[in-house]
Amino acid sequence: MNTVVADITYRAMLGRKRILLLVLLPLALVAVAGLLRLIGGPSEGTAVMLMKSFAVGTILPLLGLVAGTGVIAPEIEDGTIMHLLSKPISRPVITFTKFVVAASLMAVFAALPTFLAAYVLIQTESGIAFGFALGALLAGIAYAAVFLLLGVLTRHAVTIGVIYALIWEGLVGGYVPGARTFSIQQWAQSIADQVSTSAFFKADVSIGFAIPAIVVVTVAALLFAGQRLRSLSLTGEE
Amino acid sequence: MTVTTVPTVATRPGVVELAGVSRWYGNVVAVNDVTMTIGPGVTGLLGPNGAGKSTLLHIMAGFLAPSNGTATLGGQQIWRNHDIYRHIGLVPEREGVYGFLTGWQFVLSAARLHRLPNPEEAATRALDLVDMTPAKDRRVETYSKGMRQRVKVAAALVHDPHVLLLDEPFNGMDPRQRLHLMDLVRRMGSEGRTILFSSHILEEVERVAEQIEVMVAGRHAASGDYREIRRRMTDRPHIFRLRSSDDRLLAAALIADPSSGAVSLTDGGLEVQALDFGRFTRLLPKVARDAGVRLWQVSPTDEDLESVFSYLIQPRA
Repeated sequence: MNTVVADITYRAMLGRKRILLLVLLPLALVAVAGLLRLIGGPSEGTAVMLMKSFAVGTILPLLGLVAGTGVIAPEIEDGTIMHLLSKPISRPVITFTKFVVAASLMAVFAALPTFLAAYVLIQTESGIAFGFALGALLAGIAYAAVFLLLGVLTRHAVTIGVIYALIWEGLVGGYVPGARTFSIQQWAQSIADQVSTSAFFKADVSIGFAIPAIVVVTVAALLFAGQRLRSLSLTGEE
Repeated sequence: MTVTTVPTVATRPGVVELAGVSRWYGNVVAVNDVTMTIGPGVTGLLGPNGAGKSTLLHIMAGFLAPSNGTATLGGQQIWRNHDIYRHIGLVPEREGVYGFLTGWQFVLSAARLHRLPNPEEAATRALDLVDMTPAKDRRVETYSKGMRQRVKVAAALVHDPHVLLLDEPFNGMDPRQRLHLMDLVRRMGSEGRTILFSSHILEEVERVAEQIEVMVAGRHAASGDYREIRRRMTDRPHIFRLRSSDDRLLAAALIADPSSGAVSLTDGGLEVQALDFGRFTRLLPKVARDAGVRLWQVSPTDEDLESVFSYLIQPRA
């Protein structure tokens, strides 16, 4: 962990246009929750549906994409990463620091609003708010690592990330039974299911698989991203 | 008994060595089998656009792996060695500056990333060196291109490196800033630092570099002081313009010696194509004295860097 790298990364993320996306997406989630509460009153079934399909199924991977790629991909694209890479700091340390920044942004802009949205609908009933917030936090950490790796691997990280977030996580992971096991949002639901006592939902992936899977994916993505950054080639204008 | 070992050129700190370095992208060869040693002083890496200068500089800076060969600094491998940056300062041609930071924050961040014992003092000194202290509290995004360039130089110098690599450093600078940076580069070179800068502007190289390395179409075309390089081009006659008390008599005396290839009378005096530079320069005073002719002016016309460079990039048919 390097505090100077973290400081620059936070400034880049929070002081630019990217903060609009980081704010607007969770704001939309809380607004939808408020609207549903106004229309239909407190409903556990509605809350579970909103959390599964919108909070964890749509907002979480998109925020992961914004935070995970945002901490590194734009710097590689415009060459500012040279300022960090031309210093005597191990590149895995740079990767890890940027991951910590992305993960903390996920905690603030994904997990916290997920809790708020569920709380607006049904307060803390059946542990849904706590369960999905914890699921969003842990799955958000995994998304941060995966999308950071994508940002190091390719200059088209956002395009590939959007396709992954919407097609795999949004459609395949949600509707194809076999693929659910390998979907980060399903792991988030497993954690939520573990905490929640709600009778309105049952996770498809066991917690015994979900937690180790999050750890393995996060660690593997970080190790790979660190190695790739060590071999990153940057060229001049020629 | 004491045994003293003398470091070889390659293991001396501040000596960058490329050995058989090639770099290709698919079928395109950007740099082809380049071997060169860059030591203390100012070296200009000269070549037309697309000659491979930037590729070579990025290999020396550790931002590009050679496809073949090795690049070392003080005997240590450069590629995938982050510790090497304790000794290297890099000024890339790309913007590479966080626009949302002030000049002070940018240079201070460089000092902190180097874990210098007193980063504030180092940042102040570096900004002073490039004359950016008055503008240090402005955001970098409000700077002109020349100011950005100078703040990048300050960040590259903040840790007082042995080696400074600058990619087209004078681009975008106004004449005053350019002169200031040229002066700074010369001064640092005379202090014993190894400074390599790439340029396609002959005037910049001529004014700053003691040594030049010429790249043409990915190949290392020449190395050394450009006058020396010119003298080694024995297939190109040296052209001298002479003025004397009797040009016609001097022409007759000179053409009798095989060191003069052609002699022509012009409005301004005599133009001589010397086939053998050494012999001609030794012979000329003697021939003039024997012929009773007074020499008023002897000036080589194709020994400037521009002529040398044009000869290098346009081989004789």
